[in-house]
Amino acid sequence: MPAKKTFDAAALQEMADKEQEKQHKYKTRLFCCASTACLASGSAPVQDTIKQAIKVNKLNKDVQLVPTGCMGLCSHGPMVRVQTEDHHTDILYQEATSETAQQILEAYVLKTEPEEETEPAEEVGALDIPHFRGGVQKRAKKKLEESVLPQDMPFFTRQTKVVLTNAGLVNPENLGDYVASGGYRALANVLETMTPEQVCEEISNSGLRGRGGGGFPTGLKWNLLRKAPGDTKYIVANGDEGDPGAYMDRTIMEADPHRILEGMAIAGYATGARQGFLYVRGEYPIAVQRLEKAIRAATRKGILGESVMGSDFSFEAEIRIGAGAFVCGEETALMYSIEGNRGMPRMRPPYPTQSGLWGHPTLINNVETFANIAPIMEKGAAWFAGTGTEKSKGTKVFALTGDLRNTGLIEVPMGITLREIIEEMGGGMPGKRKFKAAQTGGPSGGCIPASHLDTPIDYESLQALGSIMGSGGLVVMDDKNLMPKVAKFFMEFCVDESCGKCIPCRVGTVKIQRLLEKIIDGQATHADLDQLKHLCEMVKTSSLCGLGQTAPNPVLSTLRYFPDEYESLLIQPEAAAEV
Amino acid sequence: MAKTNGKEKTSILDDPRMKLVLRALKRFNYQQDALLEVLNTAQEAFGYLPEELLIYIAQELDVPLSKVYGVATFYHLFSFDPLGDHTCIVCTGTACYVKGSEDIVDALEEKYKIEQGQTTPDGKFSVSVARCLGSCGLAPVLVVDGNVVGKATTESTLDRIEALLEEDEVETEPVTA
Repeated sequence: MPAKKTFDAAALQEMADKEQEKQHKYKTRLFCCASTACLASGSAPVQDTIKQAIKVNKLNKDVQLVPTGCMGLCSHGPMVRVQTEDHHTDILYQEATSETAQQILEAYVLKTEPEEETEPAEEVGALDIPHFRGGVQKRAKKKLEESVLPQDMPFFTRQTKVVLTNAGLVNPENLGDYVASGGYRALANVLETMTPEQVCEEISNSGLRGRGGGGFPTGLKWNLLRKAPGDTKYIVANGDEGDPGAYMDRTIMEADPHRILEGMAIAGYATGARQGFLYVRGEYPIAVQRLEKAIRAATRKGILGESVMGSDFSFEAEIRIGAGAFVCGEETALMYSIEGNRGMPRMRPPYPTQSGLWGHPTLINNVETFANIAPIMEKGAAWFAGTGTEKSKGTKVFALTGDLRNTGLIEVPMGITLREIIEEMGGGMPGKRKFKAAQTGGPSGGCIPASHLDTPIDYESLQALGSIMGSGGLVVMDDKNLMPKVAKFFMEFCVDESCGKCIPCRVGTVKIQRLLEKIIDGQATHADLDQLKHLCEMVKTSSLCGLGQTAPNPVLSTLRYFPDEYESLLIQPEAAAEV
Repeated sequence: MAKTNGKEKTSILDDPRMKLVLRALKRFNYQQDALLEVLNTAQEAFGYLPEELLIYIAQELDVPLSKVYGVATFYHLFSFDPLGDHTCIVCTGTACYVKGSEDIVDALEEKYKIEQGQTTPDGKFSVSVARCLGSCGLAPVLVVDGNVVGKATTESTLDRIEALLEEDEVETEPVTA
């Protein structure tokens, strides 16, 4: 077989230059969100209209259609972003239809409308936030103007992007796009200039903590694996996003799959692992498909596989698909699932870094954690640590959902307050409804009342409030939600998802659910409420894994902040005496 | 071409969809830890896991049938009965719950006289629920015949299903499992 030309740092640079040049040749680039949410809102016909117009008018040299990952504002999708030559115009359109697409084409490409002088859009700031920059839009039909999103919309301007820089700007199915945006440069640089120790140290210095919810220092975990004895080690990216109300991981996998692979490869180099697994939820077919495509493209180029980019380091990545079990997000359960077993957790220690997949040392990080790695290695630990609070550095991606005007995916600096997110970015409650509670951390988290809205978001503050950071679900509830019912909703979830291995969780969650039902039905007494509290403490302290240990949180936090709602449902002592 | 290793020929193993299962078995070199991947492939190919197929997979991977059952029953995505011609999965994740997805489930159950997870006796329609489909920005969310539908209401859902079922009646398509 003829020797394949090694794809080294120089070749990467060459590819990036070529791709950038190609992009600059287009007069107009039309970015269409092709994430699950926008596809459901009708992004496909929008793309078809544009594709057809490019074909019919032979515009393939001037106009490029870029199907992208999530642009964020899912409630207003499908999103279309228009960028013209030299960035004179950079506009985001919401709720696009085939008609909007046609109008956009007429205004920007076919120019059937009279042209107007345009002013260049503002230069990007030092932070290089790639949110859309507005500029003067060309005269278009009234309808089109109505679908323009204002460039000063807090939903976008309050974001700080580290993880999602490429989401909405690169085609996730095109390796060239990722490379043109600086992709795989960090990996090339690490392989050429750094030792594994140095990489681990850089990650430690950045202060990055696990984004799956636990908040364990990432650098420390990497060092544990690096120092673990043995030649066979594994890297696992946890993409089993089971929290109801959360879809950060899905979006990252769908929008920028190469970034996760790059993070995993860097982790492999830093820890001595040669094999990586991506464990993805079965409910996320588009994510699986794009990751598969990304792995194939990167392997074909020589970015993954034997001797990565011409170095001595080899790294292979494989996908494993979950089959719908929430508990598999727990790391030991996840490993059993990868091994083809029932996904049931086991005692720790030994921790996965000591004994993981098939008994070998294994590093498990969330996909969002891996997505943070390339930017840290590219721009440095100090740059990363410049954002966030003292103990929680960097940014966090949240899925902002529930009773709000603007819902979607946001990336915010740690330390931002819930009020800023909900009132400014989310645009507050629709109609005359009032805010009641913000739920973070899914079934393992808690409900935060209005009185604590000014709490800065970081791992410790949320824990102090009886909730957790979790993977990033942030569901806002208005005053029509009854808190004992919300607690029951989460408890039902835990009853369904308890794997049944340990008794406190298997039996305790059912007992808690029945007590909650009794309370909601108005059949409970004060003694029942006391028993509920007692049971919650018991399940919390004696369950085997995180699922059981955190299952009572929604009950405990609503009991703590909304005790009246429970009390008012109880049979009062005098009434009870009569019975 | 795929052979069935001389095992007695039965309908399932002769089914053209078996090719996908065989490919998965081969891709993982018949290793026991490929069990979940093979089951995933089989579920996707057939829409459910017929008993005969589970027995076949147990033999091919050389694992006890009890383990195959144990794994298959542990995960929610596997089903053991064929689904209806049309399916509607209603998301009951937190965001969808807050936006009223329970009402949609109730309405479907009432109208078609089936519980979640069941199929109508004529095999035309199945309702199920999922704990978060990851499209929370569009809550409440459904997956109708594999397509994600956002911002659903009780009315729009009932209309959509009704239209789907009516369409079939007009075309009188042959029913395939």
